[in-house]
Amino acid sequence: MWKRILALTIKEFLALLKDRKGRLVLVVPPLIQLLVFGYAATFELKQVPYAVYSEDRGNVSRDLLAAFRGSSSFNLVAQLQNEIRIAPLIESKQVLMVLRVGPNFSADLLSGRTSRIQIIVDGRNSNTAMLVVNYAGTIVKQFNGTWAASQGSGMPVHIETRAWFNPNLESRWFFVPGIVGLLTLLVTMLVTALSVAREREQGTFDQLLVTPMSPVEILIGKALPGFLIGILEATLVTLAAVFWFKVPFLGSIATLYVGIFLFLLSAVGVGLMISSIAVTQQQGLLGAFFFMVPAIILSGFATPIRNMPAIVQDLTLVNPMRYFLVVLRGTFLQGMPFHLLIPELWPLAVIGIASLAIAGWLFRNRMY
Amino acid sequence: MNIRLTGLIRKEFLQIVRDPSSIAIAFLMPLVLLLLFGYGVSLDSEHIPLGLVVEAPGADTSSFTAEFHESRYFKTFAYTNTRNAVQAMMAGKINAVIVLRQDFARQLRQPDGAPVQLILNGVDENTARIISGYVDGSFQNWLEHDAAMRGMQSEIPVRIEQRIWFNSELRSRNFLVPGLIAVIMTLIGALLTALVMAREWERGTMEALLVTPVSMSEVILGKLIPYFLLGMGGLALSVAMALWLFEVPLRGSLWVLFAASALFLITALGMGLLISSVAKSQFVAGQVAIIGTFLPAFILSGFIFDINSMPKIVQVITHVIAARYYVAILQTLFLAGDEWQVILPNAAALVLLATIFLGLTWRNTRKRLE
Repeated sequence: MWKRILALTIKEFLALLKDRKGRLVLVVPPLIQLLVFGYAATFELKQVPYAVYSEDRGNVSRDLLAAFRGSSSFNLVAQLQNEIRIAPLIESKQVLMVLRVGPNFSADLLSGRTSRIQIIVDGRNSNTAMLVVNYAGTIVKQFNGTWAASQGSGMPVHIETRAWFNPNLESRWFFVPGIVGLLTLLVTMLVTALSVAREREQGTFDQLLVTPMSPVEILIGKALPGFLIGILEATLVTLAAVFWFKVPFLGSIATLYVGIFLFLLSAVGVGLMISSIAVTQQQGLLGAFFFMVPAIILSGFATPIRNMPAIVQDLTLVNPMRYFLVVLRGTFLQGMPFHLLIPELWPLAVIGIASLAIAGWLFRNRMY
Repeated sequence: MNIRLTGLIRKEFLQIVRDPSSIAIAFLMPLVLLLLFGYGVSLDSEHIPLGLVVEAPGADTSSFTAEFHESRYFKTFAYTNTRNAVQAMMAGKINAVIVLRQDFARQLRQPDGAPVQLILNGVDENTARIISGYVDGSFQNWLEHDAAMRGMQSEIPVRIEQRIWFNSELRSRNFLVPGLIAVIMTLIGALLTALVMAREWERGTMEALLVTPVSMSEVILGKLIPYFLLGMGGLALSVAMALWLFEVPLRGSLWVLFAASALFLITALGMGLLISSVAKSQFVAGQVAIIGTFLPAFILSGFIFDINSMPKIVQVITHVIAARYYVAILQTLFLAGDEWQVILPNAAALVLLATIFLGLTWRNTRKRLE
């Protein structure tokens, strides 16, 4: 039995690696994706272009404006002298924010009243807008603290903020472990989703079915290449994450690999399921695509699952990516021990075994 | 019209109608993607689970915590000590913890002020930042209420009033749905075309075409026209869903939207044809199309991530990504209006890219075999 499985596995590898372009496609694109994702996927804002329209001539407002100018989050591009220029600057996207200081700013502040400043923000990208508001809030908060201290009054309460697991709130630490999952899924799915479809398109699958191999043997032989390539891919990207992107890895490697192993069961299983339903490679590719896009979007890769409507949240319970991402971020950033990750690991195992079983059944029962 | 060309177009349409996967890309894909993004993806955080640890409850602490109970941004959970709260945060049950220590009441209104600790789960840094902003907001509200209760003026020296233009409620759907149209059009234009052209090569039917009297430009046009129509159909569906299902406002004019989309679709078709003229197997063409067009449309187009915050070298790369220009046009047309200062330069860039892609395709696809 093992001899036959080995033969099929070798044949699968040959089919994948026989031509140069096929080999390149397995190595180069994931690397490009890792670099592009790793560097481009960030919610941090740097050098937000902004303009100032100040009607106040006092020293205090100058201090506040200096605080904005000194921040690396903001980049002053224009000082406005009148109000009508505000709208064109924002509409044409030259600035994301206009900071407006009224004529009474310094006077109000010096007499102990609350001064108000206005920020006008381009809301076309609501997340960016929200972050701009937050950044401006942070600068004003610091200004308030210094001002209150200089007046000897002090705030009744001050908030000390600590961010655990990611003290400088680096976007990259959040995204790069996610990319390990993303690329592992992508490569494994592409390899397995096309493996049966290619044989069906070429008519060689019928031949395979009349050989002495049992469906289980075919299943294992078809699953192994995707599995091995997946493990290799995950290892490569993990190494790059730790040594190139310098994301901390606090957990245990064994726990991570248990997670990778169980996740690959599901990825290979779903890939083979799609592949055995598909009649042509195009259908296989599209099927993989139709699975991957929702799997990534509804996994918490970029946006929290908690923000989704309740019914969509229930839907994510069958998504293997969802559990794998928790395992990845848990082992990388939080150093989560094995027992805390069990609630994520058992659903992965269940999804994996179920999808492999369905794939095996489909091999036998779908014939054209 | 030329009879050979009409013949090719007819054949292509028959193939589209008979292979459900092409129809799936053109109509099912926009439907699924829009539903997924419209309903599934949201950056609007509300009811964030927040742990509260009050070591010595009293009138002062409850006035402070009331602000968080009442906020629609938070859902509060009480913990008896910091250790339990932090463990809950570790397990992902809550996203942040606020700790009011034993000496809160005593330190309150002392010169140094009472320290309040905010512990964030920094793994998801975007959410962490948003929470920190919301906590500040609630804190400022408390300062005002507290001052008013004691008959004093507010204790906040400077307060920000925010005006968010174009999207005052900060609905993330309003920018995700228009941006998604760019991703969908890229899929229809580039991925589908790359696959169907590669299929002809792989199955050997391209060779059969080559021995007929049709010229190469007729072959290219025969592919361009059907998929252009299919793409515009997909666009109409997406725009209809955006306007009526997701209630995204369209402040610009519809004809500008369709003209800009037609321009982008031609660019995307050019990319697809170019890919398939280089990669002649479906596996390779599919991979290249996903990596070269779909992923950039997602990540490098400014659809979700801000281009100006990317490293310089990545910013340079985004200039050859057609979706970047289309996303800028879409977000402006939907949310701001016909701002020609934004539309014209971006449209010019699309024309340039379309010319380059189609020119390269035309040069690459000669009537010859390898």
